[in-house]
Amino acid sequence: MPPEAQATGDILSKGVEGSTLFLATASGEITRPPTTRERLSNRLFRGCTQTFAWLTVLLVILIVVRIGRVALPALHTYGVPFLINTTWDANRAQFGILPAIVGTLYSSILGLIIGTVFGLAIAVFLSEGFLALGLDTVIRTAGLDNSPFLAALPNRIEDLLKVTIELLAAIPSVVYGLWGIFVVIPMVRPMADWLHSHLGWIPLFGTNLSGPGLFPAAIVLAIMVLPTVSTISRDALAAVPPKMREAAFGIGATRWEAILAIFIPTAATGIFGAIILGFGRALGETMALAMLAGNANVISWSLFSPCNTLAALLANHFPEAGTAEVGALMYAALVLLGITLLVNIIGTVILDRAEAGLRGLR
Amino acid sequence: MRTSRKLTVGLLLFLICAGLAVLGARLGPRAASGVAFAQDGQMTLQGTGATFPAPLYQRWFSEYNKLHPDVQIDYQALGSGAGIKQFQQGLVNFGASDAAMTDAEMAAVKRGVVLLPMTAGSIVLTYNLPDVSGDLKLSRAAYTGIFLGKITKWDDPAIAKDNPGVKLPDTKITVVTRSDGSGTTFVFTSHLSAISEDWKKGPGAGKSVNFPVGVAGKGNPGVTALIKQTPGAIGYVEYGYAKQTGMPMAVLENKSGKFVKADLETGKNALASVQLPPNLRAWISDPAGPDAYPIVTYTWLLCYKKYDDPKIANTLKAVILYGLGPGQSSSVELGYIPLPDNVVSAVKKALSQIS
Repeated sequence: MPPEAQATGDILSKGVEGSTLFLATASGEITRPPTTRERLSNRLFRGCTQTFAWLTVLLVILIVVRIGRVALPALHTYGVPFLINTTWDANRAQFGILPAIVGTLYSSILGLIIGTVFGLAIAVFLSEGFLALGLDTVIRTAGLDNSPFLAALPNRIEDLLKVTIELLAAIPSVVYGLWGIFVVIPMVRPMADWLHSHLGWIPLFGTNLSGPGLFPAAIVLAIMVLPTVSTISRDALAAVPPKMREAAFGIGATRWEAILAIFIPTAATGIFGAIILGFGRALGETMALAMLAGNANVISWSLFSPCNTLAALLANHFPEAGTAEVGALMYAALVLLGITLLVNIIGTVILDRAEAGLRGLR
Repeated sequence: MRTSRKLTVGLLLFLICAGLAVLGARLGPRAASGVAFAQDGQMTLQGTGATFPAPLYQRWFSEYNKLHPDVQIDYQALGSGAGIKQFQQGLVNFGASDAAMTDAEMAAVKRGVVLLPMTAGSIVLTYNLPDVSGDLKLSRAAYTGIFLGKITKWDDPAIAKDNPGVKLPDTKITVVTRSDGSGTTFVFTSHLSAISEDWKKGPGAGKSVNFPVGVAGKGNPGVTALIKQTPGAIGYVEYGYAKQTGMPMAVLENKSGKFVKADLETGKNALASVQLPPNLRAWISDPAGPDAYPIVTYTWLLCYKKYDDPKIANTLKAVILYGLGPGQSSSVELGYIPLPDNVVSAVKKALSQIS
């Protein structure tokens, strides 16, 4: 018997003994066993939910198996050199994805660094009541501090900002791609040209920006991961126990000391999980990168050099690929799947740990 | 005890689902191959293929539908490769390809293949040099050098010597290519392979090749967008597309050493310089006429020789005849080159192979 059931049983028996409980009435018991129909529908419902849950697992397995099966011949033919070769030439059946792997990781990490800086700043702003602080001062100096509408204003604006940031995730990535081509690239070009001509000896600025390239791609990626990073980080910061907040201010910490030395470290695992999940998002991003990365099989330190990513490689080559190329593309897909799966598992594990770590404090 | 029962139930459900999924996978392709829906005298033909002639085909099909409301033709411009693949698998009633089909590809189709050139078009080099007005002339050595990555600056002597009086900037050349496999790339790289030994030994010809330099955009729109956004860029797109978007087009040197603009006349001259073989498949990699534009191609419809339903065959033939007749006049307007008369009659003759 599960412990809860046992406890209920105890109360019931005590109630009967003491005859003070209202469970039994003159007309008989108000509790009754479930009817057959109820029991059946209950079982059916449980069966359905279980089936659907299993179906998702099955779907993932089927995808991996399917890709694996098509990739298997290519896996045999090209083997490990596939991962370290740098040419992709379908006509000569030479396939190598090192530039794509490097480009995927480089653009994702760069985008993530930018996205994290802004995402974390947004999370702190939205969770630590900065908005209320500023607005309160304004409202009080205006002498309007007993209006209920204005009192609720900071919360409302906070909600609005939150929703707006989450809306960023709803913008189709092809729109991001177009925006990148027509807005971001012309915007960063003067800066990139200046950096290249004045600081060209630093490998990071070693080439000039020819249009699409790593840097514009990373900026757009940063905006795309922003909702993931800021929303989950905000939740992690909001989950810092009130006891801890009170204690921090109680021992005389200033707002900044409290945020930087206590709240962020406490929420650190959650924030780290957010970053990892954002990383997963960045790795799999396809359309915007296919439009912005330049799709050139180049490995370069330079931020302004064109690059290629695994997802873009797949999107670009799949529609016209012959049998041999399809196999190679599936192999590349398997590699991408492996990388994203690994990153997501790490992120989930870290998030779990974060929750487990905070449980004791509540 | 209970856990083991739960596990059994879970495992059972899993197996049932797996079974269903496998069954679904088995049934899937067969269910999808039921093309050409004919009901209540309505007929729907399905085709897939090249993006290059898509605007023209779609115009033809919608006009044909206006004349014959009982016939509906769906054309999906998924690319030449996809067109050939789906045509081979029998998923469509007809395919379309800029690279025709190779002998090996045709051998895989049991019902037999008829290749029908339907229209033709030029491929142009378009560029972004804001300060250069007037024509930019590129010799064969110049444009192969640019795409091979040997010529990297616009004021290179190889470009400057054919453009006296034009002040070329010392901007770096950014080559823009197609990132996706495409018939356009096939035609362009076949041309480069025909005129340059270095290109043939290097990147070679194909629907997607390993370009030595440059960045790549998806589709004609992607390439055009990148060129427009990048000063000093040069890339290849279809003539009709460049014309519609108002991009400048380079004047290219042809086989007889003359510099030729891309337009209707020079395109026609290029077609006239090639005699089509009986199977109607000829790639014009380097036309010889003195006023022929150098990069021109036919584009083909792929039809089966045998159709299960004679009604489908007859409808398809009627649609093709419409394209060869009244349809040819809309090709000029959309930037394509109308077929020469002898080709039109050859294609009409080839239609008799379809039944």
